[in-house]
Parts: sequence; structure tokens; C-alpha cells
Amino acid sequence: MWRRPVADIQGANCPIPFRDSDRVTIAHGGGGQLTQELIRELFLPAFGEAAAAATPTDSAVVRIGDERVAFTTDSYVVRPLFFPGGDIGKLAVHGTVNDLAVAGARPLALSTAFILEEGLEMEVLNRVAASMGEAAIEACVQLITGDTKVVDAGLADGMYVTTAGIGVVPAGVDIRPNRVVPGDKVVLSGPIGLHGTAVLSVREGLEFGTDLQSDCAPLNGLVSSMLDTCPDVHMMRDLTRGGLAAGLCEIAETASVGIHYEESAVPVPPEVDAACGFLGLDPVHVANEGRLVAFVSSTDADAVLDTMRSHELGAEAVIIGEVTADDRAIVVAKTSLGAHRIVDLPLGEQLPRIC
Amino acid sequence: MKYLSEFADPDLARKLLDEIAATVTRHWAIMEVCGGQTHSIIRHGIDQLLPEEVELIHGPGCPVCVTPAESIDRGVQIASKPNVIFCSFGDMLRVPGTSRDLFSVRAAGSDVRVVYSPLDAVTIAEDNPDKDVVFFAVGFETTAPANAMAVHQARERGITNFSALVSHVLVPPAIEAIVTSPDSRVDAFLAAGHVCSVMGTRQYEPIAEKYRVPIVVTGFEPLDVLDGIRRAVAQLEAGQATVENAYERAVQTDGNEMAQRMLDDVFDITDRQWRGIGEIPASGWRLTEKFRDFDAERRFDVLDLEVAESTTCRSGEVLQGLIKPSECPEFGVTCTPRHPLGATMVSGEGACAAYYRYRRSGDVAATGG
Repeated sequence: MWRRPVADIQGANCPIPFRDSDRVTIAHGGGGQLTQELIRELFLPAFGEAAAAATPTDSAVVRIGDERVAFTTDSYVVRPLFFPGGDIGKLAVHGTVNDLAVAGARPLALSTAFILEEGLEMEVLNRVAASMGEAAIEACVQLITGDTKVVDAGLADGMYVTTAGIGVVPAGVDIRPNRVVPGDKVVLSGPIGLHGTAVLSVREGLEFGTDLQSDCAPLNGLVSSMLDTCPDVHMMRDLTRGGLAAGLCEIAETASVGIHYEESAVPVPPEVDAACGFLGLDPVHVANEGRLVAFVSSTDADAVLDTMRSHELGAEAVIIGEVTADDRAIVVAKTSLGAHRIVDLPLGEQLPRIC
Repeated sequence: MKYLSEFADPDLARKLLDEIAATVTRHWAIMEVCGGQTHSIIRHGIDQLLPEEVELIHGPGCPVCVTPAESIDRGVQIASKPNVIFCSFGDMLRVPGTSRDLFSVRAAGSDVRVVYSPLDAVTIAEDNPDKDVVFFAVGFETTAPANAMAVHQARERGITNFSALVSHVLVPPAIEAIVTSPDSRVDAFLAAGHVCSVMGTRQYEPIAEKYRVPIVVTGFEPLDVLDGIRRAVAQLEAGQATVENAYERAVQTDGNEMAQRMLDDVFDITDRQWRGIGEIPASGWRLTEKFRDFDAERRFDVLDLEVAESTTCRSGEVLQGLIKPSECPEFGVTCTPRHPLGATMVSGEGACAAYYRYRRSGDVAATGG
């Protein structure tokens, strides 16, 4: 057992913002606590009865006739538009495919909506669009409808892309946070922090030399083989903004369980570790675009792990921890020295520390 | 990764912990001065692994947290002015002043930019000759040389639309303020390696000697901190009180003399407010007369701004380990991470924020010291 848990390391990143700001701040879009608060305290009350069926997951699953249909939407804003291992178009397709996949759905089709900045080079737009086509073919989904708007120069970082997607959940598959129970094993599909570090490495003013590539990839193939092996996977989540920590914290809170994991079991590529070290970031808070965590019963864990490892995108999958009845709604990491610490949702945007 | 994993080796950490346990015979309170050390201690759970006799007190060395509200308010005022580009290290944007932070100034339409180097702000000034570009120069002796270099370069390059809002703080006066506090419980200090890599270790010798307090300069990896604790405990048990350098791979006795010359040229010693602690004499730097034209406080006439820090905040006592956060009547009532009254609740490194966060699990009694 552990004694004396201490504040989360992200908390140690220094001060917190005024959360009850009278204006939207950049941190409200960071995917952390402030985003959650915005949904809980502004959107849901404002939507009222209309949002009665809203779910706290990345995809909603609705029954249409005999089919269960998963539906999701996501907007993509990334600077720069092209980064090592991907671009905004590939991200927009794979990100939405992944939100459907981790709901247990077979992704079928996506919509694509563009907000373009006046003056954007056609060549850039063409490269992004071609990348979206390739990404969709790779993920076996169709791009079936869309929209285009243009705004004044200087208003949209070149371009923003929004995709929405639908998929069908196969019979016998039921993936929800509330199915997570004490004793479940936590399986991570591979090394963390690659996407966030790759994007930072080419961001203006912060360029640092590295061969890192974003892990941006469609996870539906991996998920499909996992569900073939074990349709009874309890919960899955793709790890995007806020990283592994955000994924685990949201599940711990929604399912009202504790999650304990071994820090030394989490694969962190040396380049990610080094970059996070000098920027003062914690790899568990850094974004991914091709990783997931799965919660499976301890009896199924080894079979699921074997299946994942035989898939290209799960070759380095590991069991990192398990679900506990203690410490409800809290994620606890066992440090490499054998101590324990609470891991929390980042508050908002990750900012390099002064010291 | 070379030079990262080596300094977090669990077997070596265990050896150091065993040695500390074998040496210690009574209770000692050791203050780690720097937020970076606190960060490492929390990150790796070092305080949980030490023998009960060794108590770590988290010092005031987080530059973001000790920057006084009046400096933030000056930044907010300047950043809100038309035609200003206000540049800052990222984590300063989240620090609340009296009523606002720089993030909310940016949200209200002002041009507030995160820079990763102060020299980037000089370049921004050069690229925007019709704007007033202000850099928020905060931090300890660690960040000061680069900030001094930015001001120096602006002068050399004749970039007159650049200025710096300077709120630098110095470690030795803070250590002296803590050790001379009548209620001080601190038996030894772990001094900050990065500060000493600039300033050297000589400044600490008179303090160790005068107040009979061991000062061990450490790095920031887990083994660095553990080795610092080991040496501090050994000194305390042997009745010694000297300055010891446990970070020889980065720190030399005389420090970086070229950086020091630059600092002497650009900065003068001044009294400085510390958030949650109050004014410490001769504990900060301001720009010298030679560089007065680059002083944003003068340029924007925000010198007279006076800010009342909370009178109910007892973070000064918390910082010295005199009270536990939960013993403060404001704790969790008027003082929360959302509305912090003082430094220890502002920063997650602070004891109050750590206590507040842990209350979530409903077992406050188990949080210990």
C-alpha cells in the first residue's frame, strides 16, 4: 500500500488559471479540466433537455432500428499544418476514425468541412486534401459529404478542418466507461508522447533537432482484431490531447474506480523523454494520435495483449496497471523509485516551464 | 538516454536511501530551495521513501509563484495597452494578479505572446518597429543572464521599441530571511544547482558559517536530490555546517564569470516583494541607470502601482513548516486553487495546493507533513 500521496506533477507545473474567466481562454480548448468544466457548466446547461442523451465519451452510440450506430465529430487546428509523420488532413481523418473505433464501431463514412483562410496557397490545400484521401483509404472509410467556407486572411492559421463520422457497432460489443470494474487490466497499445513532441519539434520558435515522427494512425484495424479475440473488451479510449493521463483520469472519474499503474511499464521513447525533460513537460500529458488504452478482465488480458502485439500498431503493447476499488476517481502512478503519486488531468494548455 | 536514466536508477537510489537511514539518529528538517527540486521530489515520490526522521520543507524557489501580484498587475496593465506586444515565458500567463491573469488579457484581444527565449522578444521588436515590445523578465539567477543579454543586445542593436518588465529575485537573501525568521525550523538547505551554475557557491559560505546551517548544492534528477539529502544529513549528524557542492558536473565554485559580468552591467540589487512572504531587503534585481531606457516600468509609468497582498494568507508560515495548510482558517474556504490567496496555493508545488488536491480522496489525515 502507499502512504502520503502528493500533488500531481502537472500541478507542479505552477499556477492555475482563473477558471471562472468571463472570456474563453486558450486553456478552455486544451482538453483538460477546463474543457470538462466548459462542457459541464456551460454547454450542457445551455443545451438543456436537448442534450439529455449526451454522453461523456468521444462517440455517442444510438440505436437505429436493429443497428447501433456510433456518431462523432471533431475539429482540427494544428500549427504547423505539416509536421513529421503527418498533416492536418491525415489527423482529421484518423482522429475521427479512432473516436469511432474505440467505441467498438466499424467506421463507415466521414464528412469533411473546411474553414480556409483567404490567401492559402492552392498547392497547400491540394496536399492536405490528397492526404485526407490517402488516410481514408488506409482506414477503409468513405468521405461522403462536406462543406467549404473562406474567412478573411489572418483568421484561421491557414485552415481548420472538421470531420464527423459514423460507424456500426457489431453485435456483442459493448464498450462503455461504466463497464470498467475493479480487477480489470489496463493495456496500453504502444509508446507515448510521439505526436505532441513531433509537432513541438517543428513549431515556430521552438525547433529542435529530432527524427521523431507523429504516431498518427488509424486504430480501427487494431481494434477490430482485438474485438475478434475478445468481444468483451470493457472500455477503450484513444489517447489524444492531455495524453495518457487525461485518458485514464476521465475513465477513473466516469467509472468511479481507481486506476493504479506502473510508471516504469509505460514505454516512453528516449527522444520524447529528453524533449519533455528540457521543456518541463510530463510525457503522460503529451498528445498522441495513434495510441489507445483498453480495459479488459484479467482473464482476457493476455489474449488481448497477444493479439495487439501481432498487429503493427500494437507491437509494443503492454499491461501497465489495473483497476482498483480503492482510490475511486483517482489515478495513481507507482514511480520508478517505488513511491506513489496522484496523476491528474492537466488544467489546460501544456506550457513549457521557466525552470 | 545518456545522462537521464542514469540519474534515476532505482538500485542506486535505494543505496542512497539506505545510507541516509543508517546515518540519521533524530529529526531533521531540510528545505529544498528550488521549485525544480520540489518538482523532482513530487515527481518521483522521494519524500515518501525517506526515513520518518527526515522532513522535507518545500521552499519558496518557484519563480512563477513568488513573483508578486504587483508585478503581474503591472504586466497586465502594460499588456492591455494598445500597440503593445507583451512577451512572456509560457507559465507566467496563468499566474493571477490581483484580479486578472495574462491569459485573460490575451482573451480580451491584447497581443500577448509566449516566447521560449528572451532573445526572441528582441527579434519580435526588430520585426515590428511600429509596436512597443515588452518582455516579462522574471525568475531567479538562472534565467537572469539570458534576460540581461536580451536587454544588452537591444541596446547594442539600437532597438528602441524593446523594453523589459523586470521582476528578478535572488536566492541567498531568501535563504537568509528564512533562517533568521524567529520560528525557523529549517536545519539544512538544498541549494539550487542551476542558480549556482551561474553565481557559483561562494555567496552561500557566509550564510552557512554565520547561521551554522549546512547548505548542499544539488541537481534536479532523483539521485542528485537524494545525494544532497544524504550529504545534508551527514553534516547535521556530524555537527558540521559547510557549503557542499553535490552538483559538480554543472557547478563551479566561482560560477559563470562571464554571465556575472553581464548581470553586473545590466542589473542593480533592489528590495523585492515575494508573493506570500512580503518584502525581503536586497533580494531582487532591477535595470541599472545605463539601461533605464529599456525599463518598461518607467516607459509605461506603472511604477506607482501598489497592491495589497492578502492579509489573511499564512503561506509564509506554511513555507517555513510552522503550520500545516489545513490549520489555516482560510484553507479550502476563501483560499482554493481557483482563488488562491498566496503562493503556496497558487503553485501545485506549494504545500497548500498539494493538501487541497489530496482532499479529493477524502482522507486528509493520511497526507502527513
